[in-house]
Order: sequence, then C-alpha cells, then structure tokens
Amino acid sequence: MKEKVENESDGASRRNFLKKVGVGVGAISVAGIAGSTILKGNAANAKSGKKIKLLSPDGKLVEVDQDDIKPAGEIVADLKTEARAGLHNRKFSMVIDLARCKNARKCVEACQEGHLLPKDHEWLKLYLLQDDNLTSKYWFPRPCFHCDKPMCVSVCPVGATFKRSDGIVLVDNQRCIGCKFCMTGCPFSARVFNWKDPEVTVPEGHVYDPETNIPALEGTVGKCVFCADKLRIGELPRCVSACPMGVIYFGDILEDTVTNGNETVRFSKLISDRAGYRYREELGTLPSVFYLPPTQRMFPVESGLEDTDESIKGRYKNAGPR
Amino acid sequence: MKADRKLIQDLTPEIENTSITWYITFIILFGIFATGVYGLYQQIDKGHIVTGMRDNVVWGFYIVNFIFFMGLSYSGALISGVLHLFNTGWRKPIIRIAELITIISLIIGPFFIFFCIGRLDRLYYLFLYPRIQSPITWDVIAIMTDLVGCFLYLYLSFIEDFAILRDYPDLKVAPWKKKLYKTLSLGFTGTEKQMKILNNARTVMAAMVIAIAIIVYSVLAWIFGVTLQPGWHSTIFGPYFVIAAVFSGTGLLIILMWIFRKIYHLEAYITKRHFVNVGVLLTVIAAFYGYFTFSDYLTKWYGSIKMDSILIDKLFTDYYSLFIFANYIGILLPCIIIAFPRFRTIPNITIAAVIAVTALWVNRYIIVIPTLETPFLPIQDVRPDWITYSPTWVEWSLTLAGVSVFAMLFMLVSKIAPIISISEMQEQDENELLN
Repeated sequence: MKEKVENESDGASRRNFLKKVGVGVGAISVAGIAGSTILKGNAANAKSGKKIKLLSPDGKLVEVDQDDIKPAGEIVADLKTEARAGLHNRKFSMVIDLARCKNARKCVEACQEGHLLPKDHEWLKLYLLQDDNLTSKYWFPRPCFHCDKPMCVSVCPVGATFKRSDGIVLVDNQRCIGCKFCMTGCPFSARVFNWKDPEVTVPEGHVYDPETNIPALEGTVGKCVFCADKLRIGELPRCVSACPMGVIYFGDILEDTVTNGNETVRFSKLISDRAGYRYREELGTLPSVFYLPPTQRMFPVESGLEDTDESIKGRYKNAGPR
Repeated sequence: MKADRKLIQDLTPEIENTSITWYITFIILFGIFATGVYGLYQQIDKGHIVTGMRDNVVWGFYIVNFIFFMGLSYSGALISGVLHLFNTGWRKPIIRIAELITIISLIIGPFFIFFCIGRLDRLYYLFLYPRIQSPITWDVIAIMTDLVGCFLYLYLSFIEDFAILRDYPDLKVAPWKKKLYKTLSLGFTGTEKQMKILNNARTVMAAMVIAIAIIVYSVLAWIFGVTLQPGWHSTIFGPYFVIAAVFSGTGLLIILMWIFRKIYHLEAYITKRHFVNVGVLLTVIAAFYGYFTFSDYLTKWYGSIKMDSILIDKLFTDYYSLFIFANYIGILLPCIIIAFPRFRTIPNITIAAVIAVTALWVNRYIIVIPTLETPFLPIQDVRPDWITYSPTWVEWSLTLAGVSVFAMLFMLVSKIAPIISISEMQEQDENELLN
C-alpha cells in the first residue's frame, strides 16, 4: 500500500503533467491509434481539480488530485509485500539492561497476549544464566536477535523466513512448510514450532500479516517479530512498554537513539558507558540485540524466583554454571 | 535369449508360484505397515504433538531414519558400482541384491522427511519457491538425481534377464507378466551390437552412481555440518557420513544375502566365499569409519571449547551405553569376528553385519539427538517434560513401517524379477567352462 503511494509521489509531477493535457498514462499508446476522439473522451472525466495534501513515507508533503486517490486493490497481497520490504530508512535495535531484570515476566505476558500465542509457545524467554561457578547468576531475557547474518534465513528452503531492510527477520507462516531447519540453524533457540492447532480466536475481520504472525498456524514456525506492526504505527514493542523495570530499550541505530519508554538515550553512549555486548559475538551472526552487563544490580537475582508460580520455578531447576 | 532351465528355476523361485509362507509374511508385514499408516493419520489429525519432538529436539526418529535409509542405498553404489568397474568376478550373484537395496531404500528414505515436515500439504513449495542457498534444496536436487541414476542403473542390469524370461518357452506365469517382460526387455535379443551398447551404458552408469551417491550423502551431512550447533559444525561430516553410509550398506547386503540364501535355497550360488569377501570389505570400511569417528570425537574431547565439552559430557553420561554400543562394539566387534579366519562362518559374519547395521543406526541417533539437547543457551523456561526427547509410539510405528515396506518391496520384486541376475550367472558359467 505504502509502496504504491511512494511510487505515486515519485512520479507525481510527471503524471500531473500528462493529466493536464488530458491523457491518462494508460491511454498514451492507444492515443496514437485512436487519435483525438480518445483525447476528448478523457478530457471529459479528467479532474475534480480538488487537491489533497498527503505525507509520503519519506516525510515529504505532496499534493495529489482527489481523483488520483484510489483504494488499494488486494489488501492481503499488499500487507505481505510490505511486510517483506520493511520500513524505509530504519535499522531497529534493542538494548537489554541485565542489571535491572528480575524475572517479572511482564514482557512475556504482554508478548503472549499481544500476539495471541498459545500456552507453551513463547517467543520471548527468560533464562537464568551462570557462565561459570565462579561467576554469579543473572536473568537474561531473550527475544529473537534479528541477526544481520541470519542462519535461519540462509537455510530456509522456500523463503518463508526473510530479512527486511530495517533489520527485522520475519516468518511468513503461509509459506512455511515446517521443515524446522531454521530451528536447528538458529544458535539462540529463538524459534518455536506450533506442534498442534493453536486454538486461538482471532478478532473478526483480521487479515494475516507476517508482521504480527496472527494467527499462529499448526505445523509452522513462529518467533519474535520485534512487534513490526507496532513499529509501523510508531509505537514501542509490547515487551518494552510492559516491562515495569525499564529493562528493554528499543530504537533506531540510524538515529542513534533508544528508549525504554521512560528515558530516551543515545544508543552509542549507552553501549560505551555500560560496556554493551552481544551474546556469542564469536558466532558471527551479528545480532541486533545488545546486552548491558549485570553490574550494580537493582535487585538480587533470587528475587526473580520470589512470588512466582511453582510451575515457573520448575522451569529453572537445571539452572547452574555451564 | 536362452538360459538353462535349472538356472531360471533356481534363481526365480517365486515367479511361477507363490508359497504360503510368502503370503503369511506379507500379511504380517502389511499389518505393521498399516499401524504406521494409522500413526501417520494420528499425526496429521492431531499435529506433531503426538510425536516426542519438541522445541529443542525438533528432529527425532524421522531424521535419524532418513539418513539411515539414505545410507543403506550406498550398497548399490559401492558393491555394484565399484565391483562392476573393477570387473570383480565374484560380485555376480550379489550385485542384484545390492542394486535393489539401493533403489528401495532411496524410495523409502525421503518419506521420513515427509513425516517430519509440519505442513505436508505444502511440500510442493520446495519446487514452487526454491531457494538455492538452502542445503535442503541441494538435497532435493541430489536425491532426485540419485533416484533417476540408480533406477536407470538397476534397469540396465535387468534388461538381459527380462529378455531371457520373455524367450523362455514354458514359463508358467500370468499373461500380464509375460507381456511385462516383453515390454521391459525393449526388444533385446543379445546381438553383439546390443551387448556392446548395454555394457557401455552399464559402465558409464556404474561410475555415475558412485559419484552421485557421494554427492547425495555429503549434502545430507552438510545439512548438519553447515549449522553452528555443537557437534554438528564439523568439516569432517561430509566424508564421515559417506563412509558411514557405505558401512551400513555393506552390512545390510550381508544380512540380505543370508536371508535370500536361506529362504530361496541359493546355497549353490551364494557361497561362503561371498560372505567372506563382503565381510572383509566390511572390515576395511569399519576401520575407516572407526578412524573418522575417533578423529571427530577426539578433537572435540581434547580441546576445551565449552559447548563441545558439554556435549561430550552428555554423550558419556546420559548416552553412555548407546555411545559405547554404537562407537565401540558396533565397530570393533564386526572387525574382530571377520578378521580372524576361525570366526569366519556364515552365521558369524551375518551376526557381525547385524551388529554393524544396528550400531550405525544408533550412531545416527547420537549424532542427531544429543546435539539438539545441547543448545548454546541452556534449555530453560520451558515445560520440564519438553526438555528431553523420547520417541512416541507414532514414531516407532512409522519407523517399523519403513522397515516393513522395505521387506515388502523386496518380496514384490522377487515375484516379478530374478533376485540373482540370470544373465550374469550364465556368463559366469560359460567363463568357468572356458577356463
């Protein structure tokens, strides 16, 4: 949809010129044969003369004749082409402050609700890591890293998973054949499979879009989408807004700005002040998610297991040095 | 084309009439197959939740069976192809079995990929939206080429036999079979020119199937090798998988030689000499295979890379008995049995082959599963019962169905075509007379 608008704005002056002499773009070739009759016919229903101001995706104010505005044809097809292209001139990134995380799990809940994910199918996971028995434990939220060299995209045999210009990696579950090669390809276990019918009730009129990946589909792979749908309307991802501790910063590297909803900071300064790093840099997948080491923590690590469900505690039984 | 009556009767015992044992065996096998079909129905109906696979161990029995069956297909490429190229005399009674193993296991293998795929209804997307970057696409191309190549190679070896059966006057078979022989023999009458064309074609195809087979199994290995996973990301995987495949193919050949010799009373054709020769071949391959295995695990164990250490620890704790069976007993015992002449009896060699093939299946299992249970990030924040893999009845039933289909296809082929090549045996007889 937006792509079309963009093209239109690019070619707007040329087309307006053509219209002024009363020839539609499509009619040019015919005009040579049919001559003046067509010219006359076109001139009759040419213009309302009423101009409408529109903002193009790259931020320019353009003027379009009212008659030139047509409803986009196939919405589904457009959603998909757009979802594959990505937002123009953006490079999204996330910074996760490990010093603030206490396993409150609000991010997980918001993610599950926001994407209508079934139980036991979580895109966002919280790990209790300990690198060695001489080092201390820390909570480690793990979304999809949206790597710049994504192994999952390389190995996909049908192009169901793809990398966009804004850095986001998405899955089109209407294309996915469920071979699970991307799941073995991903070194960060970021992908989950729909082992059975997810049994979610989708709001009426909802159209599938890889940016939300709603509804989940049995036999296909799902994963964190960086809330691409929210980004499109200029909002923060659900996990970022939901976190009560402001653990997760999100922003655009090209703007060098990230925000956790409360404070907005320079990405480069945050990374350099707090010695930000990427998980397993040595694998060379170039993640878009950065971590700030758990120094001067706001909470003791044990507090993450207080007031949590027994079923949640059971998920960390094997936590220990490795 | 003429052939000795005794030869035809001996080598095609099931063509003219069907024994009761044949029917009973077939019905039992079909029952096992039907259970598998029911398992598959359950899986399609309820989803992959009925399998033991979960978000970490996303590949289980199905992939193990896939690489196992694809490996068995090597027996044709090696025994038949290599021995054909070197014109080894003793190969003649056993090459037909080897070629049949190849084609049948090549047909069964890919089915296990189909079982593993979440959206079987979208399988054709592999052709509709292929991406050449993906090793799965390489695999699709390689396996299809291999199927065509091996099928041609097998068919070329059948033409002479079909001509013999066509021209045999009092063969008591149904008219449709006679018609079939006539069509399939392509008007072959054994003229000098025809023989020359056929022999050339077979030599070319023998060389081709060896090359294609190496490509297929290397690509299969690279599906694991190209990923970053500990234990899989290894440069040795291509050649290691190739040698493992040859190992299992040779083992299975010995087992089937024993079975056919027993049930079709082929003692006069498949002799101890064949068992010893193929057995020695198995030992040599076992030595290479053992060397690759040792080399792969030694480098992982000796260094201090954390993920490798965790994997090796897992192999020597949770998977201890399987590891010992697959990589010690399964390699050393067949070598010992066959290396010492006094152990070299037909039953002993067959037992060695059974151990070798079973151990190789287990070896595939401990290559696939433990790695998936050892991801870079420890398996946490999942349901505790989703952490480790254990196959369900659905996976078992489909695995057994694969084995039963393998046997059934062999039985069906033996109803139509000789299980030992008549033409080759006749040639052998003539050669022996000349000498």
